[in-house]
Amino acid sequence: MKKSHILAVVIIGIAISIIVSTSGNTSQYVDFGEAFALAESGSSAKVHVVGQLKKDSEGNIQGMKYRPEMDPNFFEFVLVDNKNRETIVQYGQPKPQDIERSEQVVIVGSARGDIFVADKILLKCPSKYEENEVKAGY
Amino acid sequence: MFRSIIGDVGHFLVLTAFLSAVIATIAFFRSTVLEKSASLDNEDKLKSWRSFARVFFYIHAVAVMGVVTSLYVIISNHYYEYHYAWSHSSQTLPFYYMISAFWEGQEGSFLLWMFWHVLLGVVLIKVNKTWETPVMTIFCAVQAFLASMVIGAVIPLIDLKIGSSPFVLLREQMADLPVFVSNPDFIPEDGSGLNPLLQNIWMVIHPPVLFLGFAATLVPFAYCMAGLWQKRYKEWIRPALPWALFAAITLGAGILMGGYWAYETLNFGGYWNWDPVENAVYVPWLILIGSIHGMISFKNSGSALKLSVILVCTTFILILYSTFLTRSGILGDASVHSFTDLGLSGQLLIYLLFFVFISIFMIAWRWKALPVTEKETTVYSREFWVFAGISVLCLAAFQVIYTTSIPVFNAIIKAFGGESNIAPPADQEIYYSNWQIWFAIGIAILSGIGQFFWWKKMNPAKLWDAIAIPLILTLVVSSAIIFFAELSQLSYILLTTAAVFSVLCNGSILYNVFRNNYKLAGGAFAHIGVGLMLIGILFSSGYSKVISLNNSGMLYSKEFSDQMNQENVLLWRNEAMRMDDYELIYKGPRLEVRGMSGFFPKNAFVETMDADIVLAKKDIYNKDKKLFSKGDTVNIYGENIYFEVEYRKDNGQVFTLFPRAQINPQMGLLASPDIKRYFGKDLYTHVSSIPVADDDKKWSEDQDYHLQVGDTVVWNDYITVFKGVDLEKDLPGLTFNEKEFAVKSKLAILKTDEDIVAEPMFVVKDEMIGQIPEVFEDLGLKITLVNVNTETGEFHFKVNTTQKDYIILKAIEKPLINVLWIGTLVLMLGIGMAVYRRYTEFAKMRDKGLE
Repeated sequence: MKKSHILAVVIIGIAISIIVSTSGNTSQYVDFGEAFALAESGSSAKVHVVGQLKKDSEGNIQGMKYRPEMDPNFFEFVLVDNKNRETIVQYGQPKPQDIERSEQVVIVGSARGDIFVADKILLKCPSKYEENEVKAGY
Repeated sequence: MFRSIIGDVGHFLVLTAFLSAVIATIAFFRSTVLEKSASLDNEDKLKSWRSFARVFFYIHAVAVMGVVTSLYVIISNHYYEYHYAWSHSSQTLPFYYMISAFWEGQEGSFLLWMFWHVLLGVVLIKVNKTWETPVMTIFCAVQAFLASMVIGAVIPLIDLKIGSSPFVLLREQMADLPVFVSNPDFIPEDGSGLNPLLQNIWMVIHPPVLFLGFAATLVPFAYCMAGLWQKRYKEWIRPALPWALFAAITLGAGILMGGYWAYETLNFGGYWNWDPVENAVYVPWLILIGSIHGMISFKNSGSALKLSVILVCTTFILILYSTFLTRSGILGDASVHSFTDLGLSGQLLIYLLFFVFISIFMIAWRWKALPVTEKETTVYSREFWVFAGISVLCLAAFQVIYTTSIPVFNAIIKAFGGESNIAPPADQEIYYSNWQIWFAIGIAILSGIGQFFWWKKMNPAKLWDAIAIPLILTLVVSSAIIFFAELSQLSYILLTTAAVFSVLCNGSILYNVFRNNYKLAGGAFAHIGVGLMLIGILFSSGYSKVISLNNSGMLYSKEFSDQMNQENVLLWRNEAMRMDDYELIYKGPRLEVRGMSGFFPKNAFVETMDADIVLAKKDIYNKDKKLFSKGDTVNIYGENIYFEVEYRKDNGQVFTLFPRAQINPQMGLLASPDIKRYFGKDLYTHVSSIPVADDDKKWSEDQDYHLQVGDTVVWNDYITVFKGVDLEKDLPGLTFNEKEFAVKSKLAILKTDEDIVAEPMFVVKDEMIGQIPEVFEDLGLKITLVNVNTETGEFHFKVNTTQKDYIILKAIEKPLINVLWIGTLVLMLGIGMAVYRRYTEFAKMRDKGLE
């Protein structure tokens, strides 16, 4: 066996282990039902859940709690997933400033007890390009 | 009507650019074929085809310049009837940000890319003798694809949209707006403005440099294709190499400027986030570096030709792939960047696949003919070490691009009717870093040892001679670092040692090479730069320390409390707070005045209807110099609010940071850090949250007080004494006649550290009574003087209270980040020297008539 062959085998080996490691580390897009089922089965894997903030009929946001004077690192809100299941989400960082205006919220974390603990919140805000509003100026 | 036809001119020039690129492609192709079968009787034919092709390329060049100029004129003159100007510019945008407004939209960035290709194409025609026709064939084909992205035409019947035009009118783009029904000629008076995050000097330079890098990768690719096509398998390397190095500088500088911008402007706390957008340019850069090593290795020993061909093609294709990823909207949920999907994904895919196909076809066609060396590589040959280095670079690139492509895999599975819900790893930073750190260790070791093999024929004894001193020094230096910095993680220890080793080895090489011929020192410089960068990255990221830890929070939830770091602290205005070695005081919000340096207290001004204009409440001085008189109109940057935070270190050092928040009507609040730079570390501070805007504040119910001069009351826990009243005939923004006046009351609010005077007043004007309350955001107190009872001498005050003013702040220490920036400069210097050297080599050969 030539040395270059050994080298080739090593390289291929590393490439395969990259692929295997990636599939072991990927997360999943799930709904709350699946997230809680996963947690109950003992998995602590972090998942992505896509949803929207809970709003009443007038569009006011419901169930959002942030009291920075008590604890600036605790934010709680209610997320409704794509199957309309509501869950309380807790987040150990200050409230993302523009969360109220988001159209869609992606949370990354895991279910614990009857709440979902998020490590990361990704907001999809209405893009400035889509805003069909022209300032008339004064 | 210049203003109304400039869009049509632009549109016409886009079509001209597209058609001339297509014609030039065909003509250059034809000339290349004629050149191959060169004989006396088709000499004239070749000449006429070639000049025909050149003419069309120059037409194309002029058209592209014309398109760029038209769009720039539209943006910089604020022609808001054009959608592009309206959505990217605004009235108050400083002129230098017009460049950012130009490329902010996808159409503009395509134009920027084409602009660089045109310049490079002109340079290539000038500097080449024999390579012109095949190289320009590839160039013009790429330009035709790019021009098609900005055509903006819909093919009738099949309803197929080709490209997106930057010259679309607002009324065409948003035809359903009611205002256009009532008034078709409506032109908005102001644009919606440039994304405030992009209003940064680095964002003026970063994209043009990055796109120059993108454009420069086309040159080695075009030479490579030309070489395969014309069976000049070895010769293409010489002219391609300086360009590949040039691409490495520009692309590398572009990436790092983006990182530096993110560090200064965004609040994720660093310069690199492993976001798909970053990965998409990092990967081609790694492969580009690999291809440069392959090409240099081939020039010296004739090995690695096939590898170089593959890597050069892969670099270019990865650039196209990254364009596809970032512009097709496929990344969707995976990235925090918001992309606009212009509906060009199909077109982008065709562009990508076209060149994938061409590359594979050309390589396969000529594969057998590509010369190879039969020498078996030994561990003591330099080829072995270069090859090992290239392998590590490629594996590092593969790891990143494979993971970044997960959304693409999902899309492919769905396209075939499957179901896939794979998401990228939840902790991207940890996931990527855990792999990349090992590749970095490999690169550091190989770039250290490899350099010795490069400069000398090695055998075990010689290797030991060369390596002994750097190795011993490495052990001393890295042990010292490990000991003093208290490194404990194995991978960190190894990376530190490897990076120190690389710097020292290359330092000793540099010393020897520089003495003989400094022109050859580029490689040593570049590798030293990489070693320094790795040290800087390791310490600034691996040992970044959040110092704003907060232990005072309430325990809300059991599941929650034990595993979250409390990384943000709340600072009440004007109250000292302990944080690590510092005592912090938040002093209040500040404004930035246009054309003036420094910051001004927000409460020294009265707001107006226009967010960019305020009135001075009183005379404002800087030391003894009067800057504004009471009532002056002051132009400010209305979007920016700065928060003055004073840091008092235990050793007596005092400094002030001004982290910024931008309040943008479309995007909400955007925080940017302020950084205190020391030589050995940066102290990085940003606000994470601020209270709601003043007008959204919830004030308590009115509390009424009827006071006489001298009375004392307690308001929101502050003892307040009513001192007296004055008559005012002069107030900012108001003019009084004889019958009109204002009554100003004076109240002393007693605080522990200082007393504050409140001056609420009521105004009699236009036969009406109005009140001007005094608001103290820091005290959460609003005092209004409602009326005066002239008979009893009683003054009627109304008091409302609210939450006291505060900010929530996060502060991080980043050690040795300057080593990263220094390393970057050294790397750029090294590659720059290599560009010069390799270009001189090419020019010499060309002038001898050999190229």
